[in-house]
Amino acid sequence: MKRRLIVAANALGVFVALLLVWQLILWIFRVPPYMLPSPWAVAKAVEARFPSLLQSFAITAEEAVGGIVLSIGVGIGIALVFAQSRWVRRMLYPWTLLLQTVPIVAIAPLILMWMGAGIRSVTLIAFIISLAPIIANTTQGLISVDENLVHLFLMHNASPAQILFKLRLPHSVPSLFVGIRIASGIAVIGAITGELYAGSSSVGRGGLGYSILYASSQLQTDYLFALVLAATVLGFGFLFLVMFLEWYFLHKWHESARVPETE
Amino acid sequence: MILKLAAPMIEIAGVSKRYGNARDVLGGVDLTVCKEEFVTLIGPSGCGKSTVLKLISGLTVPSDGTIRVDGMTPVNAREIVSYIFQDATLLPWRTVRQNVGLGLELEGVPKDRRAESITALLELVGLGHVADAYPRELSGGMKMRVSIARALATNPRLLLMDEPFAALDEMSRDRLNEELLRLRTEQKWTAVFVTHSVAEAVFLSTRIVVLAPNPGRICATLPVELPWPRTGALRETPEFEAMVAQISHALRGAISR
Repeated sequence: MKRRLIVAANALGVFVALLLVWQLILWIFRVPPYMLPSPWAVAKAVEARFPSLLQSFAITAEEAVGGIVLSIGVGIGIALVFAQSRWVRRMLYPWTLLLQTVPIVAIAPLILMWMGAGIRSVTLIAFIISLAPIIANTTQGLISVDENLVHLFLMHNASPAQILFKLRLPHSVPSLFVGIRIASGIAVIGAITGELYAGSSSVGRGGLGYSILYASSQLQTDYLFALVLAATVLGFGFLFLVMFLEWYFLHKWHESARVPETE
Repeated sequence: MILKLAAPMIEIAGVSKRYGNARDVLGGVDLTVCKEEFVTLIGPSGCGKSTVLKLISGLTVPSDGTIRVDGMTPVNAREIVSYIFQDATLLPWRTVRQNVGLGLELEGVPKDRRAESITALLELVGLGHVADAYPRELSGGMKMRVSIARALATNPRLLLMDEPFAALDEMSRDRLNEELLRLRTEQKWTAVFVTHSVAEAVFLSTRIVVLAPNPGRICATLPVELPWPRTGALRETPEFEAMVAQISHALRGAISR
């Protein structure tokens, strides 16, 4: 407990030091506020425009969550197909590499053209960009089952469905979570990037990405900083949520999810 | 000798096994195991001991020859067979109780009917106090006990064991050997056991089959005529020592040939 307090105090100390350096730079180099606002100005911008900040935050969060939920569902489905045979994997796996290699900024305009601007398009972008790690990790988990465990199931006359749902699927959950952890980070980036291209511009419908674009065009640098802060909070929040779920589902039986001993 | 007259549980006739174009793993094995026998296969690495178990269980098919288990094909006989692997092969996401119930669950026995027999079995193998623990909380010996309980849960007539105690320290191994014999007197299954340990083979078996490699074949079959019931004290008797020496001698023959 004491150790944790020290860790927290250290982190807080670094934060305060960074703010001080930031403020010193402003004083020494006389940076104009539209280039770099003071920490205090950013805090005031957060306070003054909190409702619209919260709204943008909620919209981007919705898109990122939508994207990741879709990619978990679709990703597990595809992985289950891939787990059926080596032949299926050889034939279809290269196509999932396409998902990883196609630059999202290149297809975002296409999606904008087909579906128009708005939450649906951005969710789709977040989904596409976060799908590959889910497929790759879940497939790996499904096929890396110990051969003797498969033999054990066969000795009890298990059906292929029983082997899939009572053996392969639970065995793949730890790797699925590795995939989700990677995907959750990319989904947030995907949602914000997606908004730069396909975000809604109608009043009160713009997410963090769209608002960042707008704030920079208006030279509202203090609000821009507030938006970047919100985006960071969103990314962190996502990661912590996934880590909590991972712990919740795995801590009873899987080594990776055990809370490390703090003396 | 009366056992020899009993009905056969396993009939292996002229069985060979090769993978692809490689040399035979097994070449012409004939072996009959009678009901309620405890037969141990022993031999140097590469003599095909584990392959014999895989063939009896139908997990692999012979290249030549026939195998019958209680008059059935190995795959059809699986309902009366349980297999115990070298590692405990427990499902880490299931508790001890859920692991022991796996076989019954896969065979479609309803949950409420499973519960009672599992509880009884856990008591029998001394696992009652850890019924709701997860495998990673258990020692190697306890995991193996869970594995044995799981194998016995489906009430098998034939137990196939592939070096089940090889990874354990000697004390746990001796204790589990004694427990295995105790369970056998209560439940009367037939056993085919694979091991590298001569002492273990002598302690457990009614008959020991020594295999030689290249290709895998039977080079000696020796009945173990030590008295029943067997307890730990048997290991210190001269008769036991003599039997161990006899098997070791046969094993040396298998290796040098």
